[in-house]
Amino acid sequence: MPRNATARQSKIQNPRSKISGFLLALLLAWLVCYPLLLTLREALGPPGWSLKYFSEFLRRPDEWQALWASLWISLATVVLSAAIGIPLAFLFERADFPGRRALGTLIALPVVLPPLVGVVAFLFLYGESGFVSRAAQALSGSKEPPWRLAGAGAILLVHAYSMYVYFYLFTRAGLARLDSAYLEAAAALGAGPARILTRVTLPLLRPALAGAALLTFMTSLSSFSAPYLFGGTFRVMTTQIVFSRLNGDNEMAMVETATLAAVALAGLVLLQRAEKRREVAGAIRGTPPARRRLRRGGAVALAGWLLALFLLLPHATLLLVSFVPAGTWTIEPLPPVLNLANWASVLTQTERLRPIVNSLWMAAASTALALLLGFAAAWLAVRRKSAWRGALEALVAIPWALPGTVFAVALAATFSRNAPWAGRFVLVGTAVILPLGYLVRNLPLTGRASFAGLRQLDPSLDEAAASLGAGPWRRLWRIALPLLRPALVAGASLAFITALGDFVVSIVLYTFDTRPISIEILSSLRMQDVGAAAAYGVLLAALSAAAFLLWGRRDEQSLP
Amino acid sequence: MNELTAHDSFLLLDRLDKHFAGLHVTRDVSLSVAKTEIVALLGPSGSGKTTVLRLVAGFETPDSGSVRVEGEDVTRQPPERRRFGMVFQHYALFPHLSVGENVAFGLEAQRMPRADVDRRVAETLAAVDLAGFERRRIGEISGGQQQRVALARALAPQPRVLLLDEPLSNLDPTLRERTRRELKSIIRRVGITTLFVTHEQEEAFDLGDRVAVLNAGRLEQVGSPETLYEKPASRFVATFIGRSSVLAAAWEPAGGGARLAAGPVWRAAGGEGLAAGTPVDLVVRPEGLKLDGAPSRDSVAGEVIGRRYAGRSASFDVALDKGGAAEVLGTTDAARPGDRVFVAPDPAGPAPRVYPREQR
Repeated sequence: MPRNATARQSKIQNPRSKISGFLLALLLAWLVCYPLLLTLREALGPPGWSLKYFSEFLRRPDEWQALWASLWISLATVVLSAAIGIPLAFLFERADFPGRRALGTLIALPVVLPPLVGVVAFLFLYGESGFVSRAAQALSGSKEPPWRLAGAGAILLVHAYSMYVYFYLFTRAGLARLDSAYLEAAAALGAGPARILTRVTLPLLRPALAGAALLTFMTSLSSFSAPYLFGGTFRVMTTQIVFSRLNGDNEMAMVETATLAAVALAGLVLLQRAEKRREVAGAIRGTPPARRRLRRGGAVALAGWLLALFLLLPHATLLLVSFVPAGTWTIEPLPPVLNLANWASVLTQTERLRPIVNSLWMAAASTALALLLGFAAAWLAVRRKSAWRGALEALVAIPWALPGTVFAVALAATFSRNAPWAGRFVLVGTAVILPLGYLVRNLPLTGRASFAGLRQLDPSLDEAAASLGAGPWRRLWRIALPLLRPALVAGASLAFITALGDFVVSIVLYTFDTRPISIEILSSLRMQDVGAAAAYGVLLAALSAAAFLLWGRRDEQSLP
Repeated sequence: MNELTAHDSFLLLDRLDKHFAGLHVTRDVSLSVAKTEIVALLGPSGSGKTTVLRLVAGFETPDSGSVRVEGEDVTRQPPERRRFGMVFQHYALFPHLSVGENVAFGLEAQRMPRADVDRRVAETLAAVDLAGFERRRIGEISGGQQQRVALARALAPQPRVLLLDEPLSNLDPTLRERTRRELKSIIRRVGITTLFVTHEQEEAFDLGDRVAVLNAGRLEQVGSPETLYEKPASRFVATFIGRSSVLAAAWEPAGGGARLAAGPVWRAAGGEGLAAGTPVDLVVRPEGLKLDGAPSRDSVAGEVIGRRYAGRSASFDVALDKGGAAEVLGTTDAARPGDRVFVAPDPAGPAPRVYPREQR
């Protein structure tokens, strides 16, 4: 009888877990890998394996420009985010001043807000007809708006504004883990503060910084909302794909999608290497250095609060604009009329309420399914040690590495044809396709939470329950699920927020009847109905923030 | 207690064999435990003792061999059907359940009516001296109390066999001895067949009716503490149980003992049947040796390099001139470090034993 000799098995190797592991891996492969492979196949053909479209892609300068733009925008985003996030992390982790705690949480908030909402808020604040440019225009007495919020600069501004959070959070976590004994040892050896920073602190933080850099790079690479709304003729790969499809150039869209996927997968390989290194650094444990109460604590606190205000200003603007009735604000620097008309229409008119209902049910359904699939995969892989555990974990993780645009296009291509024997059905245009797209995008969030939670769970708890006569289901229900609840709820709430605010997948796959909030924001903007767009934006931001604050923060204490 | 024959056995481990990652962790382990007997599995870390316990509990499946209880083969049964109670090294108490809910867990799994569950929980908690602790959270009680909750949880469903994995290793030393006594009296009172794992000889000798010594996955010897100490069956048992010195020697049947490198022949047991001149390890307890001020026919010369005071006596480390070292028990004023001494067997103490030299 062949034995699995790689690990201590805590269970009798159950043939059933092998079969169910295989079936689940098959289902996940159908959802995750199959569309990607079909996309690649179509990009390489037709006819046959002619590579016709690839060679055309290589000949066209605009394609090269878009690829180059994706790369340099992402690199510049990394530099800008690091420049904002790292000093902030040092300030909040090493110094103490009034309001540090509340402020520290507040400035991490942009990361949970849907990207589209941030982009629209920026538009209302700094755009051509935004508050700031109106004020500048009024002051200078000019007839023309002083600037246009468009092109690479605008994209970078929005990226830096939302992605500095990765550097901020990773650096803070790294600093909190840093043992003060290293710093004291360096100081005892005669090193001054600057030398300690460059020779001890930063080298020890390197894995955390590398992780943040790659996460920022990947997020920026797949960013869609900012390039779509601000890019204009400046194209990056994600927008190039969508415009190719809009122009009916489906084959080119496939080639572009495959190229973007390849770049992103290269990024994932790098990221995983960085994560491995980070685990090594994680072994360093000790007491972090005490926070210094700053001499000019009041001044720092004031600066900090001003900064927070600056960071939250776009969202405050959004709130304000949501009270501006349609057609009342033309050339004045400040809106002359404020009332609840937009809110009344958004919340009472059936057609305007529809996107909200759509978003809510599609996000809820896709999150529930993603949680079920993610947990089942983790359970079979970690607990039942299924022979398919490697495949299960990889399949759950893949969508995380690939831009949403890639999946949206791949799903659109796969499920627009009816070939049941090849696992293809016509789902595009039905109510199923969007939740399916959200589900694929959510798998990594619920899956990672399940895998990490189950790995942290002491296996002897399960063994203890078994020795007390509890069968597998009772153990799952009474021991594993209650103990994993915080992790699962946190993963699910992140998934829910992502699906609720999704714009990337929606814009490729929506139909009029299933349009989500993000699409409604876009069409309101197109129809110059900025008040309604703002009201939807505020609603989306509020729902996301509520989901995050209620369930998203993982309760570490309740894990053993 | 005399050796048991198979028909007395309540729990029978029959030629258990298990590999992990190409490593042979238990080899051919057979052990029979009588009803209400307490057997200790003693061995150094990595000896496979925990694996044996996990094989019995059903968390691992042997490559070959079987586990039988009351004549029933349970080798292929999942742990939840074996009706064995287990206390884990770190207790594995369910952190999200109260003390009472932890103890009730196994009873609920049996679908016992609520009122009976509550009564049994109260009784069991009272038996471990934790009456009224039902509603406490696991995080609120001390390590010693957690240990007793773990015991109560394992005992509440009235299992056929109790398994304990290093039950005292998680407690600080001052608490350990008292907890050990309590543990012993509870197990005796319940009268349950018990198998427990430990790496501490004192614990094994105090709690176990018999002790099974494991080394590198093999069962070296099973017997009462006295048997293990006085008649160790292997060089490993002789050196692992109690203190002893090992001296290189050659078997000399004519002298009824072994000739040391330094010349003298010491009487020794265990070499019967060996050919004359066979290289052997002579293992001798500190109380089997004495320190002399002057040389004699049996003595070996050396220098005292260490002394450990232990109240009424002291033990001396002697570096022997012709190589090797010996630990000798003596009166506290027998010698001082730096003294030249002569080490000789003490006829009043236990006789040295010899074991064929292990091939390296």
